[in-house]
Amino acid sequence: MNIYALVKRTFDTEEKISVQNGQIAEDGAEFIINPYDEYAVEEAIRVRDEHGGEVTVLTIGSEEAEKQLRTALAMGADKAVLINTEDDLDELDEFGASTIIAEYLKDKDADLIIAGNVAIDGGSGQVGPRVAELLDINYVTTITELKIDGDKATVVRDVEGDSETIEAQMPLLVTAQQGLNDPRYPSLPGIMKAKKKPLEELELDDIDLDEDDVEVKVERVDVFLPPEKQAGRVLEGDLQDQVKELVQLLRNEAKVI
Amino acid sequence: MSKKVIVLGEVRDGALRNVSFEAIAAAKKISGGGEIVGVLIGDSVQNLGQEMIQYGADRVVAVEHPHLKHYTSDGYGQAFMAVHEQEEPEAIVFGHTALGKDLSPKIAAKLQSGLVSDVTDIEGEDDEAVFIRPIYSGKAFEKVKINEGTVFVTVRPNNIEPLAQDAGRSGDVASVSADIQNLRSVVKDVVTKATDGVDMSEAKVIVAGGRGVKGAEGFEPLKELADLLGGAIGASRGACDADYCDYSLQIGQTGKVVTPDLYIAAGISGAIQHLAGMSNSKVIVAINKDPEANIFKVADYGIVGDLFEVIPMMIEEIKQLKVNA
Repeated sequence: MNIYALVKRTFDTEEKISVQNGQIAEDGAEFIINPYDEYAVEEAIRVRDEHGGEVTVLTIGSEEAEKQLRTALAMGADKAVLINTEDDLDELDEFGASTIIAEYLKDKDADLIIAGNVAIDGGSGQVGPRVAELLDINYVTTITELKIDGDKATVVRDVEGDSETIEAQMPLLVTAQQGLNDPRYPSLPGIMKAKKKPLEELELDDIDLDEDDVEVKVERVDVFLPPEKQAGRVLEGDLQDQVKELVQLLRNEAKVI
Repeated sequence: MSKKVIVLGEVRDGALRNVSFEAIAAAKKISGGGEIVGVLIGDSVQNLGQEMIQYGADRVVAVEHPHLKHYTSDGYGQAFMAVHEQEEPEAIVFGHTALGKDLSPKIAAKLQSGLVSDVTDIEGEDDEAVFIRPIYSGKAFEKVKINEGTVFVTVRPNNIEPLAQDAGRSGDVASVSADIQNLRSVVKDVVTKATDGVDMSEAKVIVAGGRGVKGAEGFEPLKELADLLGGAIGASRGACDADYCDYSLQIGQTGKVVTPDLYIAAGISGAIQHLAGMSNSKVIVAINKDPEANIFKVADYGIVGDLFEVIPMMIEEIKQLKVNA
């Protein structure tokens, strides 16, 4: 089976966010594979181990994203592709990112494409389904279970707490929800092997795209931090009295119950 | 220039979801006085048209088909595009719900348009509209505008105030026929896990538990409190990882981001990843044995104490309040 996992390099979830010159400051921040994309890589490896085939991890970004691709290779992916847009593009929105990925994938005959359901930085969750639509293949989002049998997959999908079982035709794009699996840590031999696995680097030219083809439709005009939440009141006194006071405060001051 | 806006009305268990009325209010701002057309998709939904009109839509079109009983991206995509071809709108608004998140990118790809997901506020109107949305799970916000093509946004539930319902408003509810065929996904089964159907994204009250609940049964008092307040149950990653509850309840940077009116955090220490998912709630109550717990830094009201003592007391106190009211 020809499997692709789409990954994005994101801030570590531990990072505090600050703003400098109207942009999120990146100095000194730790970067990771977007956690939802880690589920995607893990699932791709498991599907390959069960059904055979090859896992390619794909990302868009700068040379710095090589580190995250090597991590995915160390987990067990077979090949990696970096579409480096650093020299060509200042900005990229979901329209542009999906156009690039779909353009790369259109002649690759992927049987299965797995992405995270959302990236923890931009948080739009658009790129996966957009890619599927551009490739005219079926998709199912926020999945927690995947079983493949020939040209059909049985997928369990998390829908705001309910779970839907879906029979889906292949080829298929799915996006991973937490609970799908427990991503493995790269082993030491895995890390050694990853250094020798193929990592292909492409630019827009190589996939016959021009800057104009992926010009942003949505433009960021400002970034700001939410007002710092002031620590409120820690109640004091006898526990029973504290609870009484709390309920009164919620009723009369905050007016939320 | 005023804009014609179409708004998808989302139906759950035979009723319109609140987020659909919020989406109409968002559409009003975007329209700059242009026409607002509600869209209903399902196997039997036309009867809900008047309610959309009472909340501000000018008229409604409905696509009904037996294959639209369950949501599938193919089925709803075909139905929506049939409406789109007929109406040729300049703007589209969906709710940022499971359905909206799944369907909107497909439509945006078909239209080759931009899409602003998860909008929490709109500044300005019409061509000047600027959309505010959380990034880094609410650790920051961005303001964006749409440069060209269809203005397409999804709005986060619970953030944009719906217009007041006007029972006197009336308008046309028409049906649009569409061929719904070649569905590549078929829904075989749906298992409801959410507590009494109150969904976290739309809940006004969330009672969330962390490692401090100590086990699956530890969620029982939290459930009782949530039920009493008409709210939903949530959890920290710690509680999910420890298998005290399902991952579908997880709130945080990986997990759901929620903004209820009241968030009660019980036995949650308040890791930065959890705070990202809930710190924009309107009122936060923290209950924790550890006075140094991080959660107290964002809480409006805090009680240092054992949740298994505090929560039952709260339940009694609120019951009393309801009796006296």
